[in-house]
Amino acid sequence: MSAEATLTNFVRALRSADVNVSTAETLDAARTLRLIGYSDRGALKTSLRTVLAKSEPEKEAYNRLFDLYFSQHSKSTEDRSSSDDGDNDETDETPASAKDFMELANSKDEAELDMAMARAGNAVDIQDIRFSTQVGYYSQKMLKSLGVEAMEKTLLEKLHEQTPEAERDAEEMMAARKEMTRRAADYARRQFDVFGVGATQQFRDDFLADKRISEMDRSDLDRMRPLVEKLARRLATKHSRRRRRKNRGQLDIRRTLRSNAGRDGVPFDVHWKQKHKDRPKLVLLCDVSGSVARYVRFLLLFLYCLRDVVPDLHSFAFSARLKDVGPFLDVPVDRFEQAMERVMHEAGWGSTDYGQALSDLKVDHWSVIDRQTTIIVLGDARSNHGDPRIDLFEEAAARAKRVVWLSPEARGLWGSGDSEMLRYRPHCSVVSNLSTLKDVERAIDDVLMHYN
Amino acid sequence: MTSPEAITQGLASVGYISTDEISMAIYLAVNLRKPVLIEGPAGVGKTDLAQSLARYLDVSLERLQCYEGLDESKSLYEWKYGKQLLYTQILKDRLNDIVGEGKSISALTDKLESFEDLFFSHQFLEPRPLLRAMEQTTGSVLLIDEIDKSDEEFEAFLLEVLSDYQVTVPELGTIKAKVPPVVILTSNNVRELGDALKRRCLHLYIGFPEAGREREIVGARVPGIGEDLLKQLVAFVQGLREKDLKKRPSISETVDWARTLMLLHADSLNEKLVRETLNVLLKHESDIESVSSQVGTMARTAASASDISRLSSGYPNFS
Repeated sequence: MSAEATLTNFVRALRSADVNVSTAETLDAARTLRLIGYSDRGALKTSLRTVLAKSEPEKEAYNRLFDLYFSQHSKSTEDRSSSDDGDNDETDETPASAKDFMELANSKDEAELDMAMARAGNAVDIQDIRFSTQVGYYSQKMLKSLGVEAMEKTLLEKLHEQTPEAERDAEEMMAARKEMTRRAADYARRQFDVFGVGATQQFRDDFLADKRISEMDRSDLDRMRPLVEKLARRLATKHSRRRRRKNRGQLDIRRTLRSNAGRDGVPFDVHWKQKHKDRPKLVLLCDVSGSVARYVRFLLLFLYCLRDVVPDLHSFAFSARLKDVGPFLDVPVDRFEQAMERVMHEAGWGSTDYGQALSDLKVDHWSVIDRQTTIIVLGDARSNHGDPRIDLFEEAAARAKRVVWLSPEARGLWGSGDSEMLRYRPHCSVVSNLSTLKDVERAIDDVLMHYN
Repeated sequence: MTSPEAITQGLASVGYISTDEISMAIYLAVNLRKPVLIEGPAGVGKTDLAQSLARYLDVSLERLQCYEGLDESKSLYEWKYGKQLLYTQILKDRLNDIVGEGKSISALTDKLESFEDLFFSHQFLEPRPLLRAMEQTTGSVLLIDEIDKSDEEFEAFLLEVLSDYQVTVPELGTIKAKVPPVVILTSNNVRELGDALKRRCLHLYIGFPEAGREREIVGARVPGIGEDLLKQLVAFVQGLREKDLKKRPSISETVDWARTLMLLHADSLNEKLVRETLNVLLKHESDIESVSSQVGTMARTAASASDISRLSSGYPNFS
C-alpha cells in the first residue's frame, strides 16, 4: 500500500467511527504527513489528531483507531521500505503455488508473514468488512489469495500416494493450513476492529432507534442510553444555533439616534428592531402508571440530555397525585437510573387519575404555565373512568403556547374503553403516537422548532 | 519555527509553558497556513497562548473580542463618517471657488467625481482588527476570541477571511495579506460551532494541565514561591478538580490562589488557611459548601504531597 492508500484507509476507518473527515481535511492530513513524516510515531499521532479530529468524542475515537491501525501498519511499512522492489510485484502477479504457500507457512519471519497477510487482505478488499460474522469469510478469501487451493491440490495428491513420506508431508501441510487459517482470521478480526466496529454500531443504533419501545428487553435498554445521548446531542446542535431575525421594516429609533449623536443626528448607522427568539420552556406531565412508565424513562432521558438547550424544564410525574420530579433528576447523567427509580417510587404504581393530576397542577403549579410554555403530556389518557377534568385541561391549553400529547397507544385504540383521548384531543396542538425512539426525537424536534 | 520543539522553547522564553500538542498545533498552523481553533474550559490559557505567541514571534497582536451582534463594521473596517462630514462641510463653503461658474453640467460632475474618490480612500478608512491584521507587512497574530459568542452570520463572514486571507472593501477592492497572519480562534463552547468553520481550522483542545505542568506554570507566573508550597497547592487543586463541581478551578485560579497564599506569607498548607482562601478557587457558593466537609482531609493529603518535610516513615520531619 502506498502512503496515500494508508492515509485514505485510515480516514475510512475514522468515518466509520463517526469522525466526520472531509476531503479537504484529508488533503490537509496528506500535507501534514509530508511535513512530519512517519519516523516519529508520537508526533504523527498528535499532528494528525490536530488536523482530523475536531471535538472531544472525535479525539477519543481517533486515539483508539490510530493505535489499532498504525500498530499493524508500522511494521509492514518499515520493512517494506527496505525490501520493496523485489517481493511486491512477484507475489501480486504470479499465482501462488503450493510451494510458495508452504514456504510462507513455515517461515519464521513474523514481519514477512504480517506483510503477506496485509497483501492478501488488500487483495480481497478487507477494508469493506462490516460485521464480525464476516471474519471467517474474509479469512477464507485471504487464504485463497495466498494460494491455498494449489496447496490443497498437492495435499490431495499426497494423500492418494499412501506412502509414509507422503503421509508425513500431508500431516505437515494440514498443520500449516491450520496455522495460516488462524493467522488470517486474526488479521481479519483486527481489521474488523478498525473498519467494522463503527459500522456495526451504526447499524445497531439504526435498528434500535426504530425498535418499538414496548418490545425492548433489558439488554436493549442498556444500549439505549448512549444512543439517546447521541440523538439528543444532534438535536441540541441543531437548536442551539441562535437565530435572531432582523425586522427590516421597523426602525429602532432609540438606538439609531444614540449611535448617530456624534454626527449631528444624521442617520448614517441605522438600527432595526430585532425579534428575539423565545427560550424554550417546557412543562412535562408524565403518566407513570405501569403501562406508560417505560416511555417516560426515554422521554425524560432525552430531555435530560437536552438540558443545555432547554434549561427551563419542569417535569411532573403522576399516577393519581402529581409530583414535581425535577429535583430528583438534577444529578449527573451516570446516576440517571437511580433518579428514575426514585421518580417511580415517589409517583408510580397507583391507579391513574388524570383529573386528580390536573387539579393538583392547577392548585400547586399553575404559575409555571405561561404563554411561552409548551405543555407535553405523555400518557395513554386512561383515567379509570374518573372525571378527566377537561375544563382544567382546556384552561391550561389556553394559557400555554402549545400542548403536545404523546400517546404510546396506537391511533385505533384512542377512545376505546376508559380512554379519554378523544375528549382531550381537541385542546391539543398535536397528538401523536410514540412507539420508537425515532418518534421521541421527532416529537421533541417539532416542539423546539416552534421556538424558532 | 523550524520544529515543534523549537516552538516549545520559544514559548517558554516568553513565559508560556507549552505541551507537545500545543506546539504541534502552532507548528502546523504556521506551516500549513491554517487557523487554529482552540477549545477548552475557561482560564486554561487559550487567550494567553496567542499573546505569548505574538511576543515570541515579535509581531503585533490583533485582538477581536466576539460578542452577540458583532458585525463587519466593528470587525473589518468602517468609514470615518465624522471626518467625511466635516470635509463635506468645508467643501460646501468653498464649492464655488473650486468649480467656478458658468461651466456645463457634465464638466461639473466630472470635477465633483474626483472629490468623491478622495472621500472613499484609505485616508477616511478606519481599519478594525481583521483589516489591520491583513495590512501588517511583517505578519501578525490575529486572535479571534470567544468566537462562540458571535452570531452565525459573522461566523459565515469569517470563512472568506480565514481561507484566503483577504478581505473586500467594495470602494477600494480586495486587500490581500502580504504575510498571512497566524490566526487563533478560541471558543468556550457556549454554542456548537458550524461544521464549515471547524473544517477550515486545525483543532486544539486545551484541558486542565497535569500536576507537573501546572507546577511549572505557577512557578513561572508567581516568582519566588516556595517549592513546598507550590507542590502542596497544586496537589490540592488537582484533587479539587476531581470533585463534582459546577465550575472546576482552572489554571488562572491556581495562579490567583498562589499569589494569595504568597501575600499571606504561607509556606505550607493547613486546613484553616485553605478554608479562609477557598473563595479564590471556587466561584460558586454551592461548590464551596459541597467540598467544605472534605477540606480538612484534602488539605492534609495535599500537605503530604511535598515529601521534603517528611521522613521516609511518613512522619513530619521537625529537625
